[in-house]
Amino acid sequence: MQNVTKIKFALDWLTVAYYLILVTMGWFSIYGASYDLENSTSIFDFSQRAGKQFIWILTALGIGGMLLLVEHRMYNLFAYVVYGASILLLIATIFLAPDIKGSRSWLVLGPVSFQPAELAKVATSLTLAKIMSAYNYKLRSIKDMMPLLLVIFIPFALIVLQKETGSALVFAAFFLVFYREGMSGLILLLGMLAVVLFVVVIRFGEVAIFGGQGSLGMILAMGIILILELIYISFFRKHVKEALWLLGGITIICLLCWGLNLAGLSLNYNYVAICLTLASCLYCLAIQVLLRHKAYWLIALFAAVFVMFSFSSGYLFNKVLQPHQQMRIKVLLNMEDDPAGVGYNVNQSKIAIGSGGLYGKGFLNGTQTKLKYVPEQDTDFIFCTVGEEHGFVGSFLVLLIYWLFLMRILTLAERQREAFSRVYAYCVASIFFFHLLVNIGMVVGLIPVIGIPLPFFSYGGSSLWGFTILLFILLRLDAARMETMR
Amino acid sequence: MINDTLQNRRYIIAVVISAVVLIYIVRLFTIQILDDKYKEGAESNAFLYKTQYPPRGLIYDRNEKLLVYNKPAYDIMLIMREIENLDTLSLCKDLNITREYFAQRLIEIKDRKKNKGYSSYTPQVFMTQLSAEDIATMQQFIYKYRGFYIQNRTLREYSYPAAAHLLGSIGEVSPRMIAQDSYYKQGDYAGRDGIEYTYEKQLRGEKGVEILLRDAKGRIKGRYEDGKKDLAPKIGSNLKLTIDIQLQMLGEKLMDGKMGSIVAIEPATGEILSLVSNPTFDPSILVGRQRSENYRKLVNDPMKPLLNRATQAQYSPGSTFKPLQALICLQMGGITEKSYFPCGGKGSLPISCTHFHGSPVSLLNAIEQSCNPFFWGAFRSSLEKNGYGNENVNFREAYTAWSEGLKRFGLGKRFPDSDLYEQGRGYVPDTSFYDRSYLKKTAWRSLTIRSLAIGQGEILVTPLQLANVAASIANEGYYITPHINRSDSMRQRIHSVGVDKKHFQIVKEGMERVSTFGTGRYAHIPGIALCGKTGTVENNHGKDHSLYIGFAPKDDPKIAVAVVVENAGFGATWAAPIASLLIEQYLTGKIERTWMLEHMLNTVLNPHAKRY
Repeated sequence: MQNVTKIKFALDWLTVAYYLILVTMGWFSIYGASYDLENSTSIFDFSQRAGKQFIWILTALGIGGMLLLVEHRMYNLFAYVVYGASILLLIATIFLAPDIKGSRSWLVLGPVSFQPAELAKVATSLTLAKIMSAYNYKLRSIKDMMPLLLVIFIPFALIVLQKETGSALVFAAFFLVFYREGMSGLILLLGMLAVVLFVVVIRFGEVAIFGGQGSLGMILAMGIILILELIYISFFRKHVKEALWLLGGITIICLLCWGLNLAGLSLNYNYVAICLTLASCLYCLAIQVLLRHKAYWLIALFAAVFVMFSFSSGYLFNKVLQPHQQMRIKVLLNMEDDPAGVGYNVNQSKIAIGSGGLYGKGFLNGTQTKLKYVPEQDTDFIFCTVGEEHGFVGSFLVLLIYWLFLMRILTLAERQREAFSRVYAYCVASIFFFHLLVNIGMVVGLIPVIGIPLPFFSYGGSSLWGFTILLFILLRLDAARMETMR
Repeated sequence: MINDTLQNRRYIIAVVISAVVLIYIVRLFTIQILDDKYKEGAESNAFLYKTQYPPRGLIYDRNEKLLVYNKPAYDIMLIMREIENLDTLSLCKDLNITREYFAQRLIEIKDRKKNKGYSSYTPQVFMTQLSAEDIATMQQFIYKYRGFYIQNRTLREYSYPAAAHLLGSIGEVSPRMIAQDSYYKQGDYAGRDGIEYTYEKQLRGEKGVEILLRDAKGRIKGRYEDGKKDLAPKIGSNLKLTIDIQLQMLGEKLMDGKMGSIVAIEPATGEILSLVSNPTFDPSILVGRQRSENYRKLVNDPMKPLLNRATQAQYSPGSTFKPLQALICLQMGGITEKSYFPCGGKGSLPISCTHFHGSPVSLLNAIEQSCNPFFWGAFRSSLEKNGYGNENVNFREAYTAWSEGLKRFGLGKRFPDSDLYEQGRGYVPDTSFYDRSYLKKTAWRSLTIRSLAIGQGEILVTPLQLANVAASIANEGYYITPHINRSDSMRQRIHSVGVDKKHFQIVKEGMERVSTFGTGRYAHIPGIALCGKTGTVENNHGKDHSLYIGFAPKDDPKIAVAVVVENAGFGATWAAPIASLLIEQYLTGKIERTWMLEHMLNTVLNPHAKRY
């Protein structure tokens, strides 16, 4: 009993309040999304989705309460056990799960179905926290990162095997945690650069320039790599002379090619650009060897790796991604208009949100979201209902609360005394942030369609439970921060 | 405190998160407030996807005569949400329906158990498959009733009231078909049997879609991007059949008033020239609104008019089996062309003879006179060629060789590479069957299975298989899988029957004698070398079945036929003349034996075998 009082006192009620607000708003949105004007049912009608969500909410609260009662050291103690169990569950799922819309990720137990991927997020967070909070652990080099990468990769691969690429991608969010714990920020920047190059190569890959002799995408990509090299050499290394030499060389070769082209010689400019960039690698290596300037070989490596990456992007896109995934990206990049397929969802979703205007059409008055044309209107596309019925004001408010919620978790994270709790808190923040980033980005048409739920809003017991468990373990750890000080 | 420099990274992370949230807020501000495109979206906000149904492929006979084509039909569609101030009484008057029917349809449409994809926002079928005449008046009034509109479709129409079993029909897709093929949506139509089913994917073409814009009240505001994104429907491919529709119609007329079937095949190509099954029906009665009612009638008729007797009904072959028996026994070495067996007429044991002729009989005479004791002798000496052996092993081996020989002719199984969807298996018993019935491996001998010698007993064949046997004999050693799609690829499916060519000559000659001196002489066609074999098959449904197989001319056969007339009596009296008339028509283009034609056409053997 004393324990309960202590937790009541130490619990971060502000976070709980944000949680309750979001869950309640989600519940009403689900009611709105599945509301049928003719056969209107009560929000408590348990045969309808809103009614079911109410049960999920109550059970989630129960689970959250129980998690608060667990001795906080248990989470640290049993992290590996939970991780192992969830990996076994993921493996079992591949074989046991029925095929639902092409994915095998749901375990069905009578009336309840559960996605073990949700549990894997919690387990992975606990495990990462445990590894990184070990005495003397410092995240400095690639070598230190290896065990962490392995811990993320196993569930990631298993979830990909379940054909739930969206849920698997969530595991990329943990890189934000690594960054906070010491991983070089350069890795995040390079990751972003990879995305930019990929998009450039794909988006402009089929745009021909120089009279069909080269593709805009590839030449732009090479240009970006060269410019980054130049910026690095001249501004960060302050070797202006070397940078000018490089720039001069590039200009001369470009002029030469132009001249050859005028002389009637036909060149494949893609290869010219690639060779030019690779030549810059050799130039950097030469500087390293001859002038003994430090770290130029890293520049060469950087350029070489990204040349190869750009070169293989097209292959990656056409061969590794599945046709529907390609289509989603093409639609996002405006390369393909597919109003009957993928583009249709996004278009409908944008129209629904757009038609909400400033104040929205009012609760239960949205027509778009009820047209049943957008599938997943009460799961992945739930934000449409908010946008349509409550307008800009409503969606702004929801985003604001999410922002406050995430900032609060960061605050909780930084006030922890134990590394375990801090790392775990960052894991939680990263996961919520990733879901928000992808889900809202998808609904407003800024990110390709990736089917992952909006935390606390999307219909479904499995995800609500998953997010609740994730959050309440954090609340429990946070409530114990005073004890550990003593 | 742990690692102070890293602590500053919290701010970077916070900035990243805040930046993303800010970008999204700006984006929302753009699409919800600034962008006019989505403002218009609020006015004309939804697409209406109107399915464009392609006309199905046409079906021709082998002489390019059009058999099946399309006529326009119309569905009245209904979007529940859009109904406004409906004057039910006037609507019912215009649609020519009762108020009760109207109310019942609405209940049916809203019933999610029956109509799974129901949504009050999407088009639902209210009345289906109306003809152009029906719709003509409705077209003028339909605009008055908001929420109702007319959707164009096509229905099948038939040039000839024939070949119903073969052509098959089109019906609404079942939930199972929808589950298996995402092409289909609730309310679509697809081939359900016959070639409409087998060649569904070719015939159906591809649905198109017209994208229309609607405003929030459901009013159509025009086409999306002026129809640039519409998908035009692709017309189904046409199909040319092997059927000769004139021959088919003659066959159907000949079978009128009788139960049974005719299969005619061109031996050189395996092409089915006609496929008659009686009782039958006019294919057009299974089209449109009358379909379900007529279908119910056909299903409930005890004469089973829906059964394709030509390919699905199974009979003992009786004496029509004898030429095949002769071939297998020759191939097994149980007999030679010079073998003789004694015949004691009616008093023969263990199988009596039903015909009068001399004794001993040769193979040639035995076929001609359909002598049972000869074939018993031939069957026995083939099976007991090497004696019984220890545990009957030699006998069993011989029996297996015999039954495998039958299977090579296409008996005992469906033709797996044929394009006929409805096929019976027939039955060829193997050793394990008799082991089970006689409980012991050594308990059965040639004597116990003697009925097989004359095509009675456990063996069952379909008329299609019988016709194929005739074609294989005509071809002297091979057959091409019987089929109905006239294409080169179907003609490549050649199967050897495993009997040496040299054995066929004598059997063919015996079959020719059947038509000149033997049991089938009544069916003789002047000037044509017809090879045939009659059969009179005992059965437990009444009078004997009358059977006949044959082909003509003897050298370079153009047509092979099998005829079954159920419970009609002797093979020679009904099946043989029907077959010979069909062959005469096909080979000479006319029938000179008009007295026989009249007789066959005008005889009603079974008053229940009516035509729908």
